[in-house]
Amino acid sequence: MESQSRIVQQSDGHPVPTSNRPESELVYRQTRWTRLTHWVWALSLFFLLLSGLQIFNAHPALYIGKQSGFQFDNDVLVIGSDYSSNGPIGYTELLGKRFNTTGILGLSGPIDNLDARAFPAWATIPSGQDLATGRVVHFFFAWALSATLLAWLVASALSGHLRRDLVPRADDIRRLPRDIADHARLKFHHSRDYNTLQKLAYGGVLFVLLPLMILTGLAMSPSMNAAIPFLADMLGGRQTARTIHFVAMALLVGFFIVHMLMILAAGPINELRSIITGWYRTDPSERGNSDKGSA
Amino acid sequence: MPKFQISRRRFLTAASLGISGAALSGCDAFDFLQDRDNGVRNALEGANGLTYRAQRLIAGRASLAQEFSEADIRQPQRPNGVTAPDDDVYKGLLSNQFADWRLDVVGLVERPLSLSREQLMAMPSRTQITRHDCVEGWSCIAKWTGVPMALVLDQAVVKPEARYVVFHCLDTIERSLSGEVKYYGSIDLVDARHPQTILAYGMNGKALPVENGAPLRVRVERQLGYKMPKYVHRIELVDGLNSMGLGKGGYWEDRGYDWYGGI
Repeated sequence: MESQSRIVQQSDGHPVPTSNRPESELVYRQTRWTRLTHWVWALSLFFLLLSGLQIFNAHPALYIGKQSGFQFDNDVLVIGSDYSSNGPIGYTELLGKRFNTTGILGLSGPIDNLDARAFPAWATIPSGQDLATGRVVHFFFAWALSATLLAWLVASALSGHLRRDLVPRADDIRRLPRDIADHARLKFHHSRDYNTLQKLAYGGVLFVLLPLMILTGLAMSPSMNAAIPFLADMLGGRQTARTIHFVAMALLVGFFIVHMLMILAAGPINELRSIITGWYRTDPSERGNSDKGSA
Repeated sequence: MPKFQISRRRFLTAASLGISGAALSGCDAFDFLQDRDNGVRNALEGANGLTYRAQRLIAGRASLAQEFSEADIRQPQRPNGVTAPDDDVYKGLLSNQFADWRLDVVGLVERPLSLSREQLMAMPSRTQITRHDCVEGWSCIAKWTGVPMALVLDQAVVKPEARYVVFHCLDTIERSLSGEVKYYGSIDLVDARHPQTILAYGMNGKALPVENGAPLRVRVERQLGYKMPKYVHRIELVDGLNSMGLGKGGYWEDRGYDWYGGI
C-alpha cells in the first residue's frame, strides 16, 4: 500500500539505512539505460526470431560440418512434409528420429488449405514464404541488437553495473541451492538485487547466448569467412555454426518463456513497473535487513 | 509474511492466459513489409548499406575465400535455380557441344571480345576447391576450374569509366504475362578482379555439367550463390545498373535480395 511506503533512492547500489519497521519500499532499481536497452533487445529479438524462422524455412534442415550432406548423412534436424496412408503429414526428424508434427511443423494452416512449410505462417515474418523480406528484417534488427549490446557492455563495464549487479559473487553461489528451492516453490523475495538464478539467467543471455548468436551469424557469411576464416573453423564449420545459431535461438525462446512465467509468478505489476519506470517495490524487510531480500 | 506469494492455481491461470495471448498474435501484421515501396521496408533496407560497408571494410579487397582439400569433395555440386534451360538457343548450342557458343565481352571496353570455349581454355587457368553457400542456407564444396576474370578484362581493356560487370545468361528463369526474363547479375570491378573470381568451365575435374551452368558460369567466392550466374554468354562493362531489369543489378536483386551477397 502506497501510504505505508517510503521512497528510497538507491541507484548507486549502496544500501540506504532504514528503520526497523517492516514496510515495503519503492526503490529505483533499473536505470534508464537498463530499461532502454532491455526494450530495444526485446523488440529486436522478437523480429529476429520471426524473420529467422522465415529464413530457416528456405532450407529447413540443419547439419554438422562444413557443408550440407545431400548425398551423405550429416543432418541433425529436418522438417518436411510427406504422404501417408491418411493423407499428407508434416514431420520433424530430430537426430534420425521422426515425429509427426502435422499442424505445426512441416504442414500447417487452415484444414482446407494446408501449406507445406517448416514453421507455420503465424511464426514467421512475413507470414508467407518470402526469404528476401525475411533477410531485410533480420539484418536490420541484427544491427540494432549488436550495436546496443556492444554499447551496453562497454558502458556497464565502465559504470560497474556488470560487477555490482550481474556477475555472481561468492555468497550468490553459496545461496544457489536455497534459491533453486525457493523458485521451485514459487516463493520470491523482492529486493533491489538480483537473486542467484536471475544473475545466472541474465548473465547467460547477455554474455553467452547473444554473443554466440552474433558470432555464429557472422560465421555463416561468406565474406566474413574470407576475412576471419578461423571463426567458422572454430565453430566446427559453416553448417555447424548454422546449427548452433538455431540451438541458441531455441535456448533464447526457452529463456523468454521462463522470464514471462517468473514475471507472472513474482507479481507482474511490480515487475513491469520496474522495467518501465525503474521503480520497484521491495518486500518489507524482516529483522531490519533492507539490502537483501531474506526470509 | 510475504504477501507476494501467490497460489499455484492463480499462477497457472495467469501463465496460460499469457501464453495463449502471445500465440494469438499472428504475424501477418507485418506483411506490409513485403511491399517494395513501403517506407518502413525502405528504412529497414537502409541497414544493407551499413552491412555492405562493414563487409568491405573488414574483408578488404584481397582477402581470400577459404579453400578446402580434395577430401572435402564428398558429393556432386548441388544445382539450384534453372538446371536445364529449355531455350531454343541454348538447346541448339548444347546439341553441338557448345562449338558455336561464344563469350562476348562488350560495353565500356577498348577491345570487344568474342571468345570460343577453346580460346578460354587456352588461357591461364585457376583451380580452387571452395564452399558454395546458398542464400537458402545450405553449403556444398566443389572444385572449380576456369579463367581468372581479371585476365579476360585485361584482354578487353576496361575503360576507366566502367564500374560494374554485368553477366547476361542464356537461361530463362521466369515466364510471365509481361514476357520472359533471362537470368542476369552483376558485380563491381573489385570483385571482378579478385584473384578467386573465375569464369569456370570445369567442375570436380570434368567439364562443367549443364545443371551447374555449362558451358560457363561465374565463381565469386566471397558472396552467396545467387551472385554467380550460370549459362553466361555475354559480359558487359557498364557505369551503372539502373538501365537493366528493374534496376537493382540482378534477377534476384530485382526481387529483394541485396546487391552485395556477402552475408
